[in-house]
Amino acid sequence: MTTNHAITSRIQQATEVDVDLCYQCGKCTAGCVLADDMEFPSSYLIRLLQTNKEENYSKVLKSNTIWLCLNCENCIGRCPKEVDIPRLMDYLRTESIKRKCVSPKAKPILSFHKSFLNSIRYTGKLNEINLIAEFKLRTMRLWQDVKLVPSMLIKGKLKFLPETVKNRKNIIRIFNRTIKNTK
Amino acid sequence: MKLGFYPGCSLQGTSREYNESVKALAPFFDIELIDIEDWNCCGATAAHSVNKDLSLALPTRILALAEKQGMKEIVVPCASCFNRLSVTQYELAEDKELKKKITDTIDMPYEGTVKILNVVQFIDQYIKDKLTEKIVKPFNYKVACYYGCLLVRPHKILKFDRVEDPTSMDELMKMIGSTPIEWGFKTECCGAGLSVSRTDLVAKLSGNIVKDAADRGAESIIVACPMCHSNLDMRRPEINKYLKEDVTVPVIYLTQAIGLAVGADPSKLGLQRHFVKVTTL
Repeated sequence: MTTNHAITSRIQQATEVDVDLCYQCGKCTAGCVLADDMEFPSSYLIRLLQTNKEENYSKVLKSNTIWLCLNCENCIGRCPKEVDIPRLMDYLRTESIKRKCVSPKAKPILSFHKSFLNSIRYTGKLNEINLIAEFKLRTMRLWQDVKLVPSMLIKGKLKFLPETVKNRKNIIRIFNRTIKNTK
Repeated sequence: MKLGFYPGCSLQGTSREYNESVKALAPFFDIELIDIEDWNCCGATAAHSVNKDLSLALPTRILALAEKQGMKEIVVPCASCFNRLSVTQYELAEDKELKKKITDTIDMPYEGTVKILNVVQFIDQYIKDKLTEKIVKPFNYKVACYYGCLLVRPHKILKFDRVEDPTSMDELMKMIGSTPIEWGFKTECCGAGLSVSRTDLVAKLSGNIVKDAADRGAESIIVACPMCHSNLDMRRPEINKYLKEDVTVPVIYLTQAIGLAVGADPSKLGLQRHFVKVTTL
């Protein structure tokens, strides 16, 4: 019987992460603060990848697991084989966007990332008001956190005028050369 | 003495009191912190979640600017910025092709020579020796030192403190008269970047942290990360709702606690900007 390694090889080529090193000890899942909230936890995700079955890979890319991962790095800190799960998660998120199969449950999380990047794309620095405004429009959560605004104003925590880097062209060029589209 | 400084976006916005306290502390020890001219956002979680090259290019531009401006060391108080800058420097040092690709992307020369210091390393290196003699008002409280994730992990790259049970902040707090408690959540994640998109999860994760600190008698939680701070402080109404109790333990930046101990003006340290009132101090 020949074994198909198409998926795990592709992952290893792109990330240098060898998922076959995992022997399912489960320490990553045990230490993951959001394991309970994920469709399946990290050790299960690794097992799905190890099968090298397209249907399982697709299950991974469609899951909320890859978006809930906080990249807190606890899993790799405890992994006896140093399987770099956070790095793997970054790759899987990118693949999930490319294949347009982001979990509907994870849409607000991706909306936040996109709003964040759009806020820095033209100014080089994050403006929190722009970020939140775009996030609200993307998710239609218009009333979220509105109660916070008065006290944030009193505490001087909101900046209305966006700060910009002087060399804005440089930043725009960096975006155009890497991500291009953050719609 | 002069040191390079990278404030990052949070410290210019919602976490301005962290910036204020670092800047207020420095003159007590004859340190001048000089901002990297024309710095940009490091890209934070958003960039590495959706595009690897972008997540490396943004920090590389910052480090390249620091090099160009002749900086040998830069202080990076935000744990997330510290992490992204350190990871980028490591990855580019490991992979020459990647380094070429990223330097081509930013159109700037980059060597990778700048030493990146987090706030604890900065204090250990430039403040600790003179700290005891400068104390005018000991910070005499029971404290829970909360390190979070990005200050200590990944250990292979950051090589800072002990990954499961770090002690560097506890040591500093002892020096200024505090009693650090033993507790279980020193390095558990607060929920970080999900604060806006999944506030419910942040309430749970940060709630567990705040509760353990309070249950074990901490009179304040000491932090060194703006995201940890805003989740534990600004999200307290959601946390208390999740916990079904009213936890009032304040969350204070390490630099604010040390600032108070050396006699800095509390308003210059930005203590009035916290959501959970710092009443006991």
